[in-house]
Amino acid sequence: MGIEGVGARVARKEDKRFITGGGRYVDDMVVPGMKHAVFVRSPHAHAQIKKIDVKKAQAMPGVIGVLTGKELKADGIGNLICGWMIHSKDGSPMKMGAWSPLAVDKVRYVGDAVVIVVADTKGQARDAAEAVEITYKELKAVVDATKAIQAGAPQIHAESDNNLIFDWEIGDGKATDAAIKSAAHVTRMKIVNNRLVPNAMEPRAALGHYDKAEDHYTCWTTSQNPHVARLVMSAFYNVAPENKLRVIAPDVGGGFGSKIYIYPEEIVCLWASKKTGVPVKWVADRTESFLSDAHGRDHVSTVEMAFDKDNRITGLKVDTIANLGAYMSLFSSCVPTYLYATLLSGQYNIPAIHANVRTVYTNTAPVDAYRGAGRPEATYLLERTMETAARELGVSPAELRRRNFITSFPHQTPVIMNYDAGDYNASLDAAMKASDYAGFTRRKADAAKRGKLRGIGMSCYIEACGIAPSAAVGSLGAGVGLWESAEVRVNAVGTIEVLTGSHSHGQGHETTFAQLVNQRFGVPIDSVSIVHGDTDKVQMGMGTYGSRSGAVGMSAIAKALDKVEAKAKKIAAHLLEADEGDIVIENGEVKVAGTDKSLPWFQVALAAYTAHNLPAGMEPGLKETAFYDPANFTFPAGCYISEVEIDPETGVTDIIQFVAADDFGNIINPMIVEGQVHGGIAQGIGQALLEGAHYDGSGQLLTASYMDYTMPRAGDLPSFKVSTSNTPCPSNPLGIKGCGEAGAIGSPPAIINAITDALGVVDIAMPASPSTVWSAIRAKKH
Amino acid sequence: MSDVSLTVNGKRVSGSVEDRTLLVHFLRENLGLTGTHVGCDTSQCGTCVVHVDGRAVKSCTMLAAQASGSTIVTIEGLANGAELHPVQAAFKEHHGLQCGFCTPGMIMAATDMIARHPQGLDEATVRAELDGNICRCTGYHNIVKAILAASQAMSKGAKGKAKQAA
Repeated sequence: MGIEGVGARVARKEDKRFITGGGRYVDDMVVPGMKHAVFVRSPHAHAQIKKIDVKKAQAMPGVIGVLTGKELKADGIGNLICGWMIHSKDGSPMKMGAWSPLAVDKVRYVGDAVVIVVADTKGQARDAAEAVEITYKELKAVVDATKAIQAGAPQIHAESDNNLIFDWEIGDGKATDAAIKSAAHVTRMKIVNNRLVPNAMEPRAALGHYDKAEDHYTCWTTSQNPHVARLVMSAFYNVAPENKLRVIAPDVGGGFGSKIYIYPEEIVCLWASKKTGVPVKWVADRTESFLSDAHGRDHVSTVEMAFDKDNRITGLKVDTIANLGAYMSLFSSCVPTYLYATLLSGQYNIPAIHANVRTVYTNTAPVDAYRGAGRPEATYLLERTMETAARELGVSPAELRRRNFITSFPHQTPVIMNYDAGDYNASLDAAMKASDYAGFTRRKADAAKRGKLRGIGMSCYIEACGIAPSAAVGSLGAGVGLWESAEVRVNAVGTIEVLTGSHSHGQGHETTFAQLVNQRFGVPIDSVSIVHGDTDKVQMGMGTYGSRSGAVGMSAIAKALDKVEAKAKKIAAHLLEADEGDIVIENGEVKVAGTDKSLPWFQVALAAYTAHNLPAGMEPGLKETAFYDPANFTFPAGCYISEVEIDPETGVTDIIQFVAADDFGNIINPMIVEGQVHGGIAQGIGQALLEGAHYDGSGQLLTASYMDYTMPRAGDLPSFKVSTSNTPCPSNPLGIKGCGEAGAIGSPPAIINAITDALGVVDIAMPASPSTVWSAIRAKKH
Repeated sequence: MSDVSLTVNGKRVSGSVEDRTLLVHFLRENLGLTGTHVGCDTSQCGTCVVHVDGRAVKSCTMLAAQASGSTIVTIEGLANGAELHPVQAAFKEHHGLQCGFCTPGMIMAATDMIARHPQGLDEATVRAELDGNICRCTGYHNIVKAILAASQAMSKGAKGKAKQAA
């Protein structure tokens, strides 16, 4: 490994602009003539729109346009869509209710966009928005998915009876039932996975600019996948054909899934720009983000886990109700199905699994992928159940897990996934050692002397990343392929541009991707530029989510580098009068192996562009493109152990230590990988202890600001002890598995297992806030 | 409308703004200093922290008119030319940032925190002092590390200078 190559702890190139105030986010963009938009949103969770009167608003100072859904529909703008088709077990397709970018005759959640107001200043737009008069007829609302599917619940979409979107299953029901029937022991639980709001620190924003002279649109948007945004806005929303629409996602201030989807606002800003003749910028305020960003999780499940007399799992039966909110967001349908139920085997050898999943409309914000997306729900369900089973069976949690670990690979689970590599004992051993698991009993006794309740909890997670083999996901209903593209452009002086369809929203691609190039050609990372986030620069790409940028995005870059290397070697062999097979590239030199004959890298590049002396028939230039379609998912796995101390007088949980032992396969930049784990753990601890989106019965979001929704702050968290082991992934050329989501997937059950251990209770609801914990302690006493 | 006149990053600036204009909007929109961010509506997130007359202030809690006559330093004015401020350098060295959105506010809050604790900082103090700044990416682990490192580097630097002076 060189000092800037693969495996090196290189400080990030992109930091320079961020630490000096030079980052450029959508809200920082200024276009000549740009005006400001405010959306008028529904204050009701469920209502008919009887009348919209915009006259007063239109007459307000500075107002340029006040536009409604009727006008949008008249211009042929399409409805939002969900891009992953799921069929119910009876064969019927999912019931997708119409979602107009601006509501026309009905609103279905608080925050549903109804009118856009464009004015000279944001203040004026806000004032005018107050003057828009909308007459609603309120309807009964339902926010709880388990209630929404009961007979007599309010009907949210005409397309779906009883608000059921699909009723889907996976696995072998008969074999699982038989395993439960003949089991020596069955552990049964009800598992609730609380609703979360992703809360990227940069609120969503969009700037739409229609250029009349060119008949061309540009959209600056806070997107994890600008190419998918362009594709969907062109193909489904009829904004403009792809060649007439440029989508730019500049610096993106966090996403965690919430910036994958194409939301109403960017579509409406583009349309409004044409309609009003001015560039239109909209930036969400925080409450607007709480109301209208896609939320995450919100599952209610029952689980039965069957064991034989040797404590081996013989079957797992799961029944899940997933709340998808008022409309089906772009990838909402795949989250509680193929990203969830396919991971229900966990790290364990389970011969029979059956899962039934019902997805449901409610009068709440749409729910889609949030960091981990389905895999945190699967892990929480499994690891809470394993913990409870260990307590019921009277064996140690570690021992029960070890007994059931998968130890030989490849391993075909009963729920589609084929695990390619892993060593689950290694990560469990590492975590137990790092946490001094053996010393816990003593520490618990010490805590008791101080009047504190101490508990320890573990979680052994597996997840599937590197999404995904296109043919496989296509057969499961995906509307797109999930490959990635890359273009490597070597300039005539040897500097390099890498164009990638991945798009960083904090992951450090500008550094990591450059390290890969440095490893190959010895070019300093400062001479390698990563170009991303602009559909005019990068031809096509699928974006960054699902921890795919390393495993899929960098594999595409590696493939393009292969092609560049092959051509460079041909040129060098020709210039050095050597055999192509004898050429090696080391430390920026292109050499004939075993001789002192060599050329500096830049001379080979220059030769490719002067084209004065190239091998016969070779085209000039040194630029190659590759598309990489993964052969399989990747399977990061690990073990997390947390130790907590609870004050029984206040119910406050203090995290004494948090240990993470992850297997991410090969690692390009350990510093960046550790940072990803830290951030994921913080979000997982947030879910377990602090965060929860709460709607009241009428559908008002009670947690719609940082005054009400508890974000993890520095004082809520400890420093983390993280380590990695490495079984390289055999399914991609770099051996990378992906690390972006693991922390958020593995940590909630580790925390809740520790709290229930400390309290001596079977379960406690997330977030285990002080009042929840205090109530549990009191309930136990009485 | 209000006339405001203040010193920002060493330069005298003035302008006429709507009375309701917040300092953060004046900095971003009138002066183009977009390093100062807006991350919430409730003065909770701290992405807008700047220094007003030497103290860290959330620039969303102050009207531009209230700041008239003040001396302001924003993230753009923290480095000494090409030389990074030690807190900026520490954030980079210790990977104290990911998406970069909270970073300017974090750095401005941290420089103020270090200045208020010339005797040095410990982890618990740093974590408690960061209560007004939210980061969603880093889990704070490396932010805390960066601030502790910067605090040490700056106190060493100060001691070095004191020695030289003696």
